[in-house]
Amino acid sequence: MLRVEHLTVQAGNQIILEDISFTIPPGQTHLLLGPNGSGKSTLLRAIMGLGETKVVEGKIYFKGEDVTDLSLDERARLGMGIAMQKPPVLPEVTLQGLAEILAEKFGNGWETVAKELNCEYLLNRGLNVMFSGGESKRAELFQLMIQRPQLLLVDEPESGVDLENIVLIGKVLKFLLKAEKIKEREHSGLIITHTGHILNYINADKGYILIKGRLVCEGNPRDLFEEISKHGFEGCLECVVQKRI
Amino acid sequence: MRSSEKDLKERAEKALKKPAVYGDDFDPSRFIREESNGKTAPDLDQRLREAALMSGFDLEEKNRSGSYFQKNDQVLYEKVNQIYHGQVEIMAIEQALEKYDWLWDYWWSAVAVDADKYTAYTELYQKGGYFIRILPGARIDQPIQSCLLMSENQGSQRVHNIIIAEEGSRAEVISGCTTVPKVDAGMHLGVSEFFIKKGAFLSFTMIHNWAENFYIRPRTGAIVDEDATFINNYLLLNPVKSIQSNPRAILRGKGAKSRFNSIIYGRGNANLDLGSVIELVGEDTRGEAISRAAAGDRSQITMRGKLLARNDTAQARLECKGMLLSPESTMQAIPELEVKGAPQADLNHEAAVGPISREAVEYLMARGLNEEEATSLLIQGFMKVGISGLPKILEQMVDEMVQTISSGGL
Repeated sequence: MLRVEHLTVQAGNQIILEDISFTIPPGQTHLLLGPNGSGKSTLLRAIMGLGETKVVEGKIYFKGEDVTDLSLDERARLGMGIAMQKPPVLPEVTLQGLAEILAEKFGNGWETVAKELNCEYLLNRGLNVMFSGGESKRAELFQLMIQRPQLLLVDEPESGVDLENIVLIGKVLKFLLKAEKIKEREHSGLIITHTGHILNYINADKGYILIKGRLVCEGNPRDLFEEISKHGFEGCLECVVQKRI
Repeated sequence: MRSSEKDLKERAEKALKKPAVYGDDFDPSRFIREESNGKTAPDLDQRLREAALMSGFDLEEKNRSGSYFQKNDQVLYEKVNQIYHGQVEIMAIEQALEKYDWLWDYWWSAVAVDADKYTAYTELYQKGGYFIRILPGARIDQPIQSCLLMSENQGSQRVHNIIIAEEGSRAEVISGCTTVPKVDAGMHLGVSEFFIKKGAFLSFTMIHNWAENFYIRPRTGAIVDEDATFINNYLLLNPVKSIQSNPRAILRGKGAKSRFNSIIYGRGNANLDLGSVIELVGEDTRGEAISRAAAGDRSQITMRGKLLARNDTAQARLECKGMLLSPESTMQAIPELEVKGAPQADLNHEAAVGPISREAVEYLMARGLNEEEATSLLIQGFMKVGISGLPKILEQMVDEMVQTISSGGL
């Protein structure tokens, strides 16, 4: 589904990610872990093609197609979708206004989804204007539910969200990642998480640890979490050093 | 000629060279001709229809209570739909001045004849304009419409309108000023005086649809009495050479309210200096002046707004927001608050000028909208956000026009 090869990414004048390579096969969900400032969000945004990131080397393939130079909207139309950790505030656009446009574009309804995601009362408000953490996450997932991407890039779905919302968000992600299996079109995901709570709702096939812009480790996501909770990310660094020695 | 008229002419003569306080200066005489220049645009009927539509005028007159249509200096028709007879009067101003002697008391009482050379030229060369009067207690549920159309190249219009909303009446007026395609230069001077009597409500919407080399100088004044409301919407989305306008509402009655909404899209080489003044004189008066301007191409936009409080119980708010769409465009927002003899009055303002947010465009693109769609959606929303009480037809017009402009049309 997604193949990233030797990706080096710059933001501003600074290299943020260096020589990143990994593959997410169809139907698999992978987790991205790492300390603050390690470049996790930058990686997601670079894969989506957001403008502040610039690929200086390497390639991104989606469904076998080289999308490295494709525009954001072309990637979205091919089936990539992102839920941002802190989406921008758009007072000019109401959630309903955007939902209607997406519904027309992607041929999916929005009314039922709005109800299920408890977004109805947000519909006539400017997008993300004074939204709480939970509201903002639900609004992001609401849009993805209409968009129904084949590859979900999700940035910290559980951060700033209360327990009730985590349950809801978890269920929606689970649905989105499996939704099309009946039609034999498998969906994949790359999810950034700090807490690992999301693992209670979705089955992740693999985890990566990103430190200082480099993928330093990969493995079973639950094992990785266990290690991190015992030794912190410093432990990962030591492990990397030991491996090199 | 009555003595008051003679006096007005004399004052106008003296102001013929008086420049306006704001806006670029030009000589109106270059557009003044006694006779028609005969250079009417071809296929007028078809183009006229198109131009009328672009200014919000419905030629079929569906869902309208009455209409006034003036082409150049000539009044083509004025009409009140049957069911509104006895509730509203619409006629050419000359006819109204003949009919009602009392109308002379209103003539030039909300706008000064010698305010500047443009008011002076209007007085001395005035031809047409409408008189609309909503009779006491009448509730006109369908909009009254007017169209001031120019079909001659290098021609001009000098109109004087008077609108009176009598006590307890309620109405909405949509006034379109427009030119037919292929007419690209001219001048429009339009004086509009509004009188909103006790307990009346008047919503007035002016839609400007000019062409690249038009010079426009509207001069508007409104007197708002006790518990009356005056809403003034202004919409400019098409290219024009120069517009300077600074309508003033005087809220003289207790509880009088006024709201100015302006939606401005600067295009081409337009030089736009647009504002509004609300003078809060009476007790418990309330005012709001909200402007949204988008500056494209090489347009230069000045957004002004002035609130003057003369009463301790007055409250008013001013909001000017501008979006720069082109590196060659310029914009300035000049909000002014003035309190005189009313230390308890509550006035506030908010002004912001900035570019279209790249982050917002990309956010929408990540949802599958192409750049053009994303930009257009943001401009549409920007133009309307915070603007309330806009007639539905105008909302649709803004959406459609912005969409067309963004996709490189018009």
